[in-house]
Amino acid sequence: MPRYRLWLLTVALWVAGCGGPFPQTTLEPRSDFGSVIDQLFTGIFWWAAGVFLVVETLLVITLIRFRHREGRPAPKPTHGHTLMEIAWTLAPAAILVFVAVPTVRTIFATAGEAPADALKVDVIGHQWWWEFRYRELGLVTANELHVPLGRAVQLSITSADVIHAFWAPPLGGKRDAIPGHVNRIAFRADRVGVYDGQCAEFCGASHANMRLRVVVDSDSGFGRWATVQLAGPAAPAAGTLAERGKAVFARSACIGCHTIQGVSPGVIGPNLTHVGSRATIASGLFPNDSAHLASWIADAPALKPGSLMTRMKPPLKDDDIAALVAYLASLK
Amino acid sequence: MSEARGLTSWLTTTDHKRIGLLYFWTALAFFLIGGIEALFIRVQLAQPNGQVVSAETYNQLFTMHGTTMIFLALMPLGASFFNYMVPLQIGARDVAFPRLNAFSYWVFLFGGLLLNASWFVGPLFHAGMLNVAPDGGWFGYANLTERQYSPGPNIDFWVLGLQILGISSLAAGFNFIVTILNMRAPGMKMMRLPAFTWMTLVTQFLIITAFPVITVGLAFLMFDRFFGTHFYVREAGATPILWQHLFWLFGHPEVYILILPAMGVVSDVLPTFSRKPLFGYPVVVYSGILIGLMSWGVWSHHMFAVGLGPIADSVFAATTMLIAVPTGVKIFNWIATLWGGDIRGTTALHFAVGFIAMFIIGGLSGVTHASPPADLQQTDTYYVVAHIHYVFFGGTIFGLFAGVYYWWPKMTGRLLDETLGKVHFWLQFIGMNLAFFPMHLIGLLGMPRRVYTYAPELGVGTLNLVSTIGAFLIALSILIFLVNLWRSRTHGQPAPNDPWGGATLEWSVSSPPPVYNFSVIPTVTNRLPRWSTERHGPMRDPPAVPPEPIHVPGGSWWPMVAALGLPVLALAPLTQTLWVAFVGAALLIAGVYAWAFQPFEV
Ligand code: HEC
Ligand code: HEM
Ligand SMILES: [Cu+2]
Ligand SMILES: [Cu+2]
Repeated sequence: MPRYRLWLLTVALWVAGCGGPFPQTTLEPRSDFGSVIDQLFTGIFWWAAGVFLVVETLLVITLIRFRHREGRPAPKPTHGHTLMEIAWTLAPAAILVFVAVPTVRTIFATAGEAPADALKVDVIGHQWWWEFRYRELGLVTANELHVPLGRAVQLSITSADVIHAFWAPPLGGKRDAIPGHVNRIAFRADRVGVYDGQCAEFCGASHANMRLRVVVDSDSGFGRWATVQLAGPAAPAAGTLAERGKAVFARSACIGCHTIQGVSPGVIGPNLTHVGSRATIASGLFPNDSAHLASWIADAPALKPGSLMTRMKPPLKDDDIAALVAYLASLK
Repeated sequence: MSEARGLTSWLTTTDHKRIGLLYFWTALAFFLIGGIEALFIRVQLAQPNGQVVSAETYNQLFTMHGTTMIFLALMPLGASFFNYMVPLQIGARDVAFPRLNAFSYWVFLFGGLLLNASWFVGPLFHAGMLNVAPDGGWFGYANLTERQYSPGPNIDFWVLGLQILGISSLAAGFNFIVTILNMRAPGMKMMRLPAFTWMTLVTQFLIITAFPVITVGLAFLMFDRFFGTHFYVREAGATPILWQHLFWLFGHPEVYILILPAMGVVSDVLPTFSRKPLFGYPVVVYSGILIGLMSWGVWSHHMFAVGLGPIADSVFAATTMLIAVPTGVKIFNWIATLWGGDIRGTTALHFAVGFIAMFIIGGLSGVTHASPPADLQQTDTYYVVAHIHYVFFGGTIFGLFAGVYYWWPKMTGRLLDETLGKVHFWLQFIGMNLAFFPMHLIGLLGMPRRVYTYAPELGVGTLNLVSTIGAFLIALSILIFLVNLWRSRTHGQPAPNDPWGGATLEWSVSSPPPVYNFSVIPTVTNRLPRWSTERHGPMRDPPAVPPEPIHVPGGSWWPMVAALGLPVLALAPLTQTLWVAFVGAALLIAGVYAWAFQPFEV
């Protein structure tokens, strides 16, 4: 059945003149969580499509058949028909049973329980970026969540400020990130790849810019990534621009907001210990290249409205920014 | 007994018909404002990385669009028909409390003006224009709306504006309940009430029970913002989820407050134009009551992503699916009303049928997100935006437009142009499907709602462009509607008492009706008084000239003065000036006092 729907969708999209790929589509699930939801939705969709067709056809036929014609005798003043009315009360009720039963089954199947050996990650929403803490591994990263293929993953989702919602559509449904509450989702990714997502609950000025990426690695790939993240920050070689950047970092406001292991303890912004290993910055908004890093450091709110990384006062000098960029890029 | 003229007579009026017209024109103005906001939204989203407005402006636009359409356009447009039609339909000379009725209108107007003033008064708060309008979404989730995260006056305007509007709705709610229960003409038993009046009654009960809930929720938020309490503050041991429960406990009944009047209009329009009584009248009435009752037990379907646990999710999924049953029943009854009829394709009928056709789609998408796991992929995306608009636009607006085309001749004494009306209908019908159908796909392809921008990589640029084109078609259709209204005022055909052959009492008097409505209060013997059925001949219309003089109460300034006190009171916290509060309170108290002691013979 999913194939039929995909086909319908393709036709619809072809008519609309666009072809994809759709990195945030809910219709091509890439995890067990995503798949059960998709199956449930497909079932309901066909019931809905059937009802739609029947009722709208009935309406159109009625309109055509009983349209005003000269000389039509006055209509019979029928007031009702008990049997028929009972029938069309029971019919939708019966259909809804076919919707309700799989619904309840799926509710319990997707309640966020995971086997004991699941990889557990704490997800913390911040205005407007994501923090990921791997409790057992003891590592912290931001905006790009790495998970191994085929292994159960359990996310414990909460927020440090206002309500957000964690959503990576190909991997399954969203859950709100609520301060003071922990919500769980569990999934097992079934294909290696990078999946886009974004915050789904309106959370202020840059809600639209609070994106995220989930990287599903092969088992060995995940291991390599974790090893890199667990190591201390790369030490810049003496005399390089990066070394000067480290010095600038250490004497700037940066340290008040950012952690770099062994360098600074700030926790307002993302952990930068391995910022150079991420493909994007500013919660998936920009590629992690020197140009974007430089303009980000110079004036973050200009790139991301409302960003809590305020403009540095006094402004950093251009050569200091270049040094910082070199340093951050070296933190692989 | 003759009709008073001039501006004063309108400002002091307590005549339900004039108040109905005031509601109509005011709601129409707000509808246009909300529509312009929508066009800005659609222009911004017409392509990825849109640059037309800033993030901050966009957030104000969508918040004000939703708030305006719901509280300032659709509710009052419904109220305009309650005002004008209910007394006529039940054979009364006016509503039960005419001055309270005027008060409701003025409170609504002032509340709406206060909310919209926020667009322009930025400079008074040391901010630019277009900077201090509400920006927390129409459901204003705490704790984003707490002072800590929304320090400006934006949310203050929203909280205070909604509090004021709530007073208007509550006053009107009690007024119409008393009117419908107590002012019916002899013989107008409950089960002889026209369907529109019935749905009005159910709506008013929902209003007087739902608005206190949001009032409490807003009062908490107001206290948090102005006095530093912690009703929704996590750090103090409270939870922002409380707001969501309070809001949706109001919010879900509210969506039925918006749809039931439209269902009532359709239930009156279909019989008239198919020349057949409403099929299963008792079932339509009971299902309306049932929908009203059930709408209290489904609110958490707006919170399936909150994580209330599998048991709560299952229960609310079940109640939500159940509510689709009485809704479906109504649809079948409407189709059965048309079946076997002699259907005249007037503009009003077009809109009523358009309502059915579009509402089916909205109801079905509603069922798809009544299933919590499926909703986890749909909630807070454009898929829900599509649902909202199939029920509000396809439902409420089409239904209310059916009402406009049906009752305009009664309200103004002039006919609307049927050809222009049908052009309006078809443009609006095509426009709305172009605008809102693609949103289902946009949502399923992963675009969240309330985003001022989206990446080109998302692949939804073309679909969004189509949607924007649809929005402009709708705008064009509304322009044609305005032209139609204008032409009807300037050179419309004069309307006879009963241009359509309606069965209900409003068609037995002149168009527009005299101040006193009925020269002689009619005695009603059946549910379709003006039609002949198997057992009855049609009722005789009341004589054109009253056999004896009829006393009509005069106008009063005091309802307006009292109403003015409320926005002045609201200015006190907004501007942080205590003495303003005393001025507001004085106006309110003086207004109510003078109003209470003013004799009726003015
Ligand atoms: C007031 C606190 C604050 C200061 C000071 C600050 N930052 Fe940030 N920084 C943040 C926040 C908050 C974010 C996340 C912003 C977002 O994505 O919306 C961030 C994000 C970043 C990022 C992107 C990280 C990622 O992976 O997306 C980089 C790089 C960065 N900051 C570098 C710096 C440098 C270099 C300095 C010093 C010149 C600095 N920051 C000073 C708060 C701060
Ligand atoms: C068959 C009947 C209906 C069902 C089963 C239904 C179901 C739902 C559900 C489950 C939601 C929550 C979706 C989400 O946020 O994820 C929803 C949202 C909504 N519904 Fe319905 N609905 C129905 C009819 C209506 C009607 C008649 C109206 C009003 C005219 C309406 C207006 C809305 C609105 C405004 C929202 C969104 C509120 C918001 O998030 O801003 N619905 N509906
Ligand atoms: Cu968000
Ligand atoms: Cu609801």
